[in-house]
Amino acid sequence: MEVTYKPVSELSALLEAKEISSAELMEAFLARTRAVDGRVQAFNSFDGEDALAQARASDARRAAGQARGPLDGIPIGLKDVISVAGQPLTASSRMLANFVSPYDATVARKLKEAGALCWGRLNLDEFAMGSSTENSATRTTANPWDLERVPGGSSGGSAAAVAAGEAPASLGSDTGGSIRQPAAFCGLVGLKPSYGLVSRYGLIAFASSLDQIGPFARTVEDAALVLGAIAGHDPLDSTSFPSPIPDYRAELARLRGPWRLGIPREYFGEGLDPEIGAAVRAAIDHYRKLGCEIREISLPHTKYAVGVYYIIATAECSSNLARYDGIRYGHRARDAADIVDLDFQSRAEGVGPAVKRRIILGTYVLYSGYYDAYYLRAQKVRTLLRRDFQRAGTEVDAILTPTSPIPPFKRGEKSADPLAMYLSDVYTIGVNLAGLPAVSIPCGFTGAGLPIGLQIIGQPFKEAELLAIAQAYERDHDWHTRHPKL
Amino acid sequence: MSQSTDFDIEAVARLARIALTDAEKAAFSAQLGDVLSYVEQLKEVDVSGIEPTAHGFAVVNVWAEDVPQPGIPVADALRNAPAQRDNLIVVPKVMDT
Repeated sequence: MEVTYKPVSELSALLEAKEISSAELMEAFLARTRAVDGRVQAFNSFDGEDALAQARASDARRAAGQARGPLDGIPIGLKDVISVAGQPLTASSRMLANFVSPYDATVARKLKEAGALCWGRLNLDEFAMGSSTENSATRTTANPWDLERVPGGSSGGSAAAVAAGEAPASLGSDTGGSIRQPAAFCGLVGLKPSYGLVSRYGLIAFASSLDQIGPFARTVEDAALVLGAIAGHDPLDSTSFPSPIPDYRAELARLRGPWRLGIPREYFGEGLDPEIGAAVRAAIDHYRKLGCEIREISLPHTKYAVGVYYIIATAECSSNLARYDGIRYGHRARDAADIVDLDFQSRAEGVGPAVKRRIILGTYVLYSGYYDAYYLRAQKVRTLLRRDFQRAGTEVDAILTPTSPIPPFKRGEKSADPLAMYLSDVYTIGVNLAGLPAVSIPCGFTGAGLPIGLQIIGQPFKEAELLAIAQAYERDHDWHTRHPKL
Repeated sequence: MSQSTDFDIEAVARLARIALTDAEKAAFSAQLGDVLSYVEQLKEVDVSGIEPTAHGFAVVNVWAEDVPQPGIPVADALRNAPAQRDNLIVVPKVMDT
């Protein structure tokens, strides 16, 4: 039975019917990974024996009538910034090349409690800083749809692994689009939950007021299943929000619309690739045919979002990464003159140029003489950006936009120009600044056969409705059933 | 496009505690000059009377009972230390004796 491209919901039914065992499933994903990952390079590392042992434990539970639910026995890949006790945790950085997690992230603990198998360590832009997975100290991940192109980033390994049939679903993290943009580039569903819905405990921090963990999946239903397993209040994360967690899959069946959907004119202007614009407009027309009310709206501060994001994200980055000093853990320089020099040299050797650049910029904008001019002003403009979305939320249930203004680009094409790379995040970062949930779903292909993503932005903590809106489109299209030829 | 006359890369790198090579200093000065001139556009926004936002949904005053919990065993906590001896982390000397 060919299983590597089946959605989680189908694999779950096969496991429940005992038509396949979790060990057989894991063997299939191991074989697929061994066959294709030399070309895709999604994984930083994986431990096949450990994954099979987890699978056999799941099979034993099922045989004893103690299966834990729809994810029991399902392998789920993890971005290499999410701690799993006893497994490597590199952040794709030389700084953490030899680090082993002493404990489980809350999301890893919850996946294990749901019976899922923690499967492999997936590549990313170093410390989740980038949009192409080219800023990795370990390897450069390819887009399975065109190996010459990037899979997006920073969660490029998490996206590529699912697109290449190496995992049925995975977790990534999204600070400015790092789940949604790679999902769009790789033809997947990628969900960034509301800020505070999913615990960040055990996630390596980049920008703490923006970071959020979420799933990559083949279908909206699968994303709902994984979200249901990882969401929920966690006392170990003081920004965790005490919001009730519904049965997302049951809600998908219940919520049928029609919805009021907003089209922000600022997201369809200059710089939008014409093929992407056409595919997104066709998706909007489909919603209109489904009886949804389509309203043009305005998010007037959109043009400031990239500037606000790069001040706030780099400021928080410079603060969070101050902990990598070569003393307690992480890379330590060999020939430091004294303990201060050890700090300077360990950091110089341990992190790559994209990370250094952000630390330097973040340090600058927090510099006492510039604090008000940059950081404080950015936080105030952030308030205005948030108000834009709050105002829109009184008129519409969700907002439809392209996920990325451009299709997957060639490796090396943008890595020399950081500002050009930053600008490619223009449609995704407003969502993080406002703390909103948003999902990218496949909505077509370019003439060259590259996936296109539709972004749907929802209301705070209304992930069920957001996913129901996404599924209303998915139900009538088959983009998500296509796979790259590898 | 770079016009950040007051961007003192040496001073900022010192605050950030990173040793930079001359090539890195030159590259970052130019790249960050571009980014800083891009974010100049924020100055055109009227922010008078606007409160800053630090979080999407700030949860304030999160309290927990002060109850002892099992911690990470010493051996596990030290597993990632670059150098250790007698359950302590070894570092270069901090003071001249």
